[in-house]
Amino acid sequence: MARIELKGVAKRYGSVEVLRDIDLAIGDGEFIVLVGPSGCGKSTLLRMIAGLEPITGGDFFIDGTRMNDARPRERDIAMVFQSYALYPHMDVARNMGFSMEIRRRPQSERANRVKQAAETLGLSALTERLPRALSGGQRQRVAMGRAIVRDPRAFLFDEPLSNLDAALRVEMRLEIARLHKRLGATMIYVTHDQVEALTLADRIVVLDGGDIQQIGTPLELYERPANKFVACFIGSPTMNVVPATGQGGTLTLKNGTQVALPHTADLDRAAELGVRPEHIDLVDAEDADLTGTVDLVEHLGSDTNIYVNIDNVGMLMVRRRGNAPNRSGDRVFLRLQRENTHVFAFDDSALGHVSVKAA
Amino acid sequence: MGRTPDRRIREVESQAVTTRTAQHTAPGAVRARRSLYLQYLVEPFIYLSPAIVLIGAVMLIPLIIGISYSFQAIDLLRPFNTGWIGFENYLALWSDRKFWIALQNTFTWTFWSITFQFLLGLGLALLLNTQFHGKKLFQALVFLPWAVPTFLSALTWAWLFNPVIGPLPHWLAALGVLSEPYNILGDPALAMWGPIVANIWFGVPFFAITLLAALQSIPSELYEAAEIDGATSWQCFTKITLPFLAPMIAITVMLRTIWIANFADLIFVMTGGGPANSTHIVSSYIFTTAFRKLDFGYASAVAVALLLLLLFYAVVLLWLRKKLVRV
Amino acid sequence: MSQIRTHPLATIGKYTALALYLAFALLPLYWLLKIAVTPDRLIFTDGVELWPSELTTDNFRSVLFKTDFLAYFGNSLFVSLGTAAATTLIAAGAGYAFSRFNFAGKRIIIAVMLVTQMFPLLMIIAPIYRIVANFGMLNSLTSLIVVYTAFNIPFATFLMQSFFDGIPKDLEEAAMMDGCTRFQALRKVIFPLTLPGLGATLGFVFTAAWSELLFALMLISKNDAMTFPVGLLTFVSKFSVDWGQMMAAGVLALIPSCLFFIFIQRYLVQGLTSGAVKG
Repeated sequence: MARIELKGVAKRYGSVEVLRDIDLAIGDGEFIVLVGPSGCGKSTLLRMIAGLEPITGGDFFIDGTRMNDARPRERDIAMVFQSYALYPHMDVARNMGFSMEIRRRPQSERANRVKQAAETLGLSALTERLPRALSGGQRQRVAMGRAIVRDPRAFLFDEPLSNLDAALRVEMRLEIARLHKRLGATMIYVTHDQVEALTLADRIVVLDGGDIQQIGTPLELYERPANKFVACFIGSPTMNVVPATGQGGTLTLKNGTQVALPHTADLDRAAELGVRPEHIDLVDAEDADLTGTVDLVEHLGSDTNIYVNIDNVGMLMVRRRGNAPNRSGDRVFLRLQRENTHVFAFDDSALGHVSVKAA
Repeated sequence: MGRTPDRRIREVESQAVTTRTAQHTAPGAVRARRSLYLQYLVEPFIYLSPAIVLIGAVMLIPLIIGISYSFQAIDLLRPFNTGWIGFENYLALWSDRKFWIALQNTFTWTFWSITFQFLLGLGLALLLNTQFHGKKLFQALVFLPWAVPTFLSALTWAWLFNPVIGPLPHWLAALGVLSEPYNILGDPALAMWGPIVANIWFGVPFFAITLLAALQSIPSELYEAAEIDGATSWQCFTKITLPFLAPMIAITVMLRTIWIANFADLIFVMTGGGPANSTHIVSSYIFTTAFRKLDFGYASAVAVALLLLLLFYAVVLLWLRKKLVRV
Repeated sequence: MSQIRTHPLATIGKYTALALYLAFALLPLYWLLKIAVTPDRLIFTDGVELWPSELTTDNFRSVLFKTDFLAYFGNSLFVSLGTAAATTLIAAGAGYAFSRFNFAGKRIIIAVMLVTQMFPLLMIIAPIYRIVANFGMLNSLTSLIVVYTAFNIPFATFLMQSFFDGIPKDLEEAAMMDGCTRFQALRKVIFPLTLPGLGATLGFVFTAAWSELLFALMLISKNDAMTFPVGLLTFVSKFSVDWGQMMAAGVLALIPSCLFFIFIQRYLVQGLTSGAVKG
């Protein structure tokens, strides 16, 4: 098990910078998820940690040793690929034991480890099959088996669940969480799916455009996003963001509605107001901040998404528990939960709170 | 599985930041350019070097030497009369009647060969793209001529045109094409058609294979959609099949034209350029000049002329393609 | 295109076309075989009959045992196998580099390789003759192998590249994560998967080398070093009356190429398809 540290790591293809100045310290046994939209550089970062892509700037350490120039084999890290990358001409057992075969470990040890891994992953009956005779979920398990057999210093996952259907994805997600709990190994996991990120991670690293946007626990990212990008990327359905100006302790929306936010620092710099759909309540007319017309209603069973059109402000999505009776065309009255609002400055950074605990 | 999307994502990822150029150098940038990075730079050339060395030594260097020969007098039959002679070979070429006949023959040879190869190849590909019994066997058999060594195709067709042992003159006479069964390879007016027929026979499979591969990559939904829209099969052919094949056709025909213009084996074996030089094309003329007369200087000048003509052809074609694609 | 609505006349037309293609493709080969098995004395009387009235294997026997045929055959086999092995090995390396690496000069090298496919090979016949002569390598089969290998590398490289492109890059990266060096990954994971591609390339190059005539004609003049095409051609001009033997020799020359063709033809359309999709 290992600590992994990146200091000012960068990646450049010719004059094109794909990653800039990445600082990240990963503790022993930590589950880190790298998340971001496609094109953010998360897979490249993972491949640099693996040693498949050369690091063009900065320093990379495993357990305190600088490893920038180490070959993949010298880093002793296992990786699960999006395509699983099972060797098509080898059966399941040989696929799983290949790393030990390469390291010339004795046959008996190999067989033992493969058998153990196959048992934990429920693959015992399949060890003699070729990959093409396996289902998607089984292939995924073999890929994981291949990684755990050799007991590496760290595990890397490159969007491992994106080729599975929705039901299997949930199942395998649990499997990975269980695996992490049992092995206590350092794991780095790349995904573009924020649900996977929120459910699996000890800490999440949000990347966009080659920069780290924020590092934090899932709750931190949800409750205190550092900027508009993180705010909109984490959480589903996505956060409502509307233009606003601030003065004194009060925020003014475009239709003139005023919302008092005394705990937000520097409110004068405000440019936009963000509220998650679950943080808007339907209230009586006298308590309302805003009045609008229901445009569309989506019934999800457990929740109801209500799209409300508000003159001069725009469309807000409101999420209500259970099956709400609202219909399109209804007049509704909305109130924003003050403690759950986010205010963004012109540079998209989130404005801080005036020491929340003291208040 | 899942391979392509994955690769695509990665490409997108590396492209996404193209607009941003390196603004600041990360602290470790210089230090990192060592072993792993160096290995990435050197490694491909380890795999490539044998190919590069061999192509350089056997093709590129001789090519340059060949061009230099065209400005020299190198006649192995007159070994003491060598040296640089400037453009003399080219001047000789300009007034060489055989060269101009050969050039004209090259056009005839290439044009008719490519036209029939293409049309028959397209027909065969369309047939092979339908279902019928015994298709696998049929395909293997009709593609067979391609596997026949060219010298053997040439000999076989030369024999077929020979009225003593071959049936063709007799059949042609019976059809009234020939007045009597004689060997057309001995008739200066008709001799060129011998190698052309052999070439068509040899080249149809190539076109059929290439076009079949292209046909099979046309999504079948297109035909289904067209059928629902009420298109006739002729409309399907002209509105879907041909436009889809067009890029493939253009590139194949261009490459094949150049290849055929260079292709001297059939002519050399079947007629040797005769009778009375009536079947020499430029490339067979080059070979005969080098091989029989051992006049390397002059042969090289003819070769350079052919190279320039082919280059000109390729440039014109590429230019035309660019024009047409834009419109 | 649909089978349901086809007009009976269209069906007849289609099968007629198929029959004509088949006849055109096979007639010359059939004729070769027919004369080869016709006894000498009947060649002229049977003339243009489609079926010989009597069969014999004399022609084959005399070609095999009374002429240098077997020596030519052996020379050609040596040259073709040597060329095929050398080309495939070198082209596999180059194709792998093109498929897996991005490096400075890649476009230029590919362009040069394409150009070598375009210029008249006869252009370099004179320089090659003199270079080979200077090394004292005329009449040597090794020099033929070197020359043929160079000629075939560009095409074989593109062919191998398309086969490598069909193998996911993840596989060797997974192998490298599993502890292989790149070369080990190539040997243990990629190589077993490209066997069909290697086979197709071998067959392709073998056929090309087997039938090359003009360079062999130029570089080989001694009878005991002649390859098959050269030998057969001199054979034809020497014994231009012995039709049966010539055709028998022709039939025998056909065998290796046909064997290889049957082996490779199923990869051919597949290989070209993947190439076509890319282009």
